[in-house]
Amino acid sequence: MNNIRKVFEKGTAFIPFITCGDPSLDVTKEAVIEMEKAGADLIELGIPFSDPTAEGPLIQEANLRALQNQITTDDIFQMVRELRETVKIPMVFMAYANVVFSYGVERFVATCKEIGIGGLILPEIPFEEKREFDEICKKYDVDLISIIAPTSKERIGMIAKEAEGFVYCVSSAGEKENARFSHIGSMIKKVKKERNIPCAVGIESSSLDHIKELAKKVDGIIAGSTIVKLCEKYGIHAPFHIGNYVKEVKMILTE
Amino acid sequence: MEKGRFGVHGGQYIPEILMNAVHEVEEAYNKYKDDPDFNRELEELYNEYTGRPSRLYYAKRMTEDLGGAKIYLKREDLNHTGSHKINNVIGQMLLAKRMGKTRVIAETGAGQHGVATATVAAMMGMECEIFMGKHDCERQALNVYRMRLLGAKVHPVESGTKTLKDAVSETFREWTSRIKDTHYVLGSVMGPYPFPNIVRDFQAVISKEIKMQMMEKEGRLPDAVIACVGGGSNAIGAFYHFIDDAQVRLIGCEAAGRGIDTLETAATINTGKLGIFHGMKSYFCQDEYGQIAPVYSISAGLDYPGIGPEHAHLHDIGRAEYVPVTDEQAVEAFEYLSRIEGIIPAIESAHAIAHAIHVAKEMSKDQIIVVNISGRGDKDCAAIARYRGEDLYE
Repeated sequence: MNNIRKVFEKGTAFIPFITCGDPSLDVTKEAVIEMEKAGADLIELGIPFSDPTAEGPLIQEANLRALQNQITTDDIFQMVRELRETVKIPMVFMAYANVVFSYGVERFVATCKEIGIGGLILPEIPFEEKREFDEICKKYDVDLISIIAPTSKERIGMIAKEAEGFVYCVSSAGEKENARFSHIGSMIKKVKKERNIPCAVGIESSSLDHIKELAKKVDGIIAGSTIVKLCEKYGIHAPFHIGNYVKEVKMILTE
Repeated sequence: MEKGRFGVHGGQYIPEILMNAVHEVEEAYNKYKDDPDFNRELEELYNEYTGRPSRLYYAKRMTEDLGGAKIYLKREDLNHTGSHKINNVIGQMLLAKRMGKTRVIAETGAGQHGVATATVAAMMGMECEIFMGKHDCERQALNVYRMRLLGAKVHPVESGTKTLKDAVSETFREWTSRIKDTHYVLGSVMGPYPFPNIVRDFQAVISKEIKMQMMEKEGRLPDAVIACVGGGSNAIGAFYHFIDDAQVRLIGCEAAGRGIDTLETAATINTGKLGIFHGMKSYFCQDEYGQIAPVYSISAGLDYPGIGPEHAHLHDIGRAEYVPVTDEQAVEAFEYLSRIEGIIPAIESAHAIAHAIHVAKEMSKDQIIVVNISGRGDKDCAAIARYRGEDLYE
């Protein structure tokens, strides 16, 4: 078994998300190092895609900025290889299905294993379509992370039953953040009823109060857009600010 | 075949958040597709509102001029709103009403699907919002005005290449944020199951009529059916009832833009490879790392990097042929049909005419071709004039 689940054993985990290559792979690398130093428990690395249909405008822009630098999947693999010389915390990839499919699913997942990527989040692959990815992920001990949403309702049981690593809970983009927190509790309850697996929630807000409130209900918090926003705002100076933000969040989570 | 699959193509590659919404559409469709009341209402609107059946017109001068096969034109351009798009829109809107939805959203490329959706929404009293690439809003400004006139809200999409693919992405995003009261009236035979099936079934009225009209006029089936293909809804509509008639050649005409040996093309079957995008597995124009290519065609309606999964399958099994047609060939055909038959076709449909001109000459006089004129060309006149160097703006 890989070490993703262990991340959730020592309190609420903090999982920052970053789009690789925005503004450059050097900055991404430095940011990952800073985030580990600041206490991040797991890092979600987004592989940029030309048409990120599951993202709002902020992360769409980040994807396009990264691709303007001609960043390829191979460049990102190389960056992770270099990071692995020092970085010890688990990392997962968030990728669009076509990026993985066009690389060759087996070749992609085998490379993940080789470079120390413990999990794969594929936002366009629902339960019904996961088989062609899941069998290969199992073969290489890379967790294919299952996603649930507030609209999943009766689907949650079936999804939780076969989930690996942790369950990624998304909130619908159309609702206000505090309104969302109300379904989180019931979503997680449905997961835990089926299986004892950690549940991490993606949030768009960077508010420490929100994080504090949410931390009581969940096993992990995924910072969806805060880090991306810092990359956009500070460019090559972003790693310093990202490190500080992660430190602040960790302080709240370990209070 | 597995549910929702056409060979290896199709499927439901969409975010979890939309899965129940798509299942709801599937359930509603299965419930109503054979329901007599639903079909009575559909047929009545087809006949009374759209003006179906559309004519199958013998293009005598064109036939004589080319000196080969006898050419018939299926006049989908004569439908209300000026294209085949309304066939699918009426069907999906009736479904949306029965599902209790009060608001519809749709993507549009050239604006034909957007206009059809806005039109039927006005007629049925539903709220309507259309997503259209900013670039397409500029090249089809008149259609933007039409949609607004019909009471729809038009959102110019600023992301990516600002064309059809970005409009589709944005409409999916919008659906994700508001599912409860909203139905996504997808305009082509693409996206996740059940959309490719639903849209095909509503468009299949085209080939159903062609078959009947052909039997009346000629007492036999045509030798070839030719249609343009972007996502592929008018083509699948024109092909569907002929798929089992192996003697009928089915030919889809893709937009080659400036040529399939250039990067400025949208010919998916001719230049794309297998991939997963916009909810389906199919062929897509993409680079070696799976990034979707910024495609190009003079026709905003064919300017899409993918093709519907059923077409991908018909290509795989060799049942249909998919040929590239360049901007230049399409423009020539646009002018040719206008001059010789007094019919100005949509620039999309002109791609089919261009290939028909070529094929007819190679066929004998006792053979028959049907070309689907999917839309009328009024919307394209200013753009074609500019292509020919005239300083004409709407």
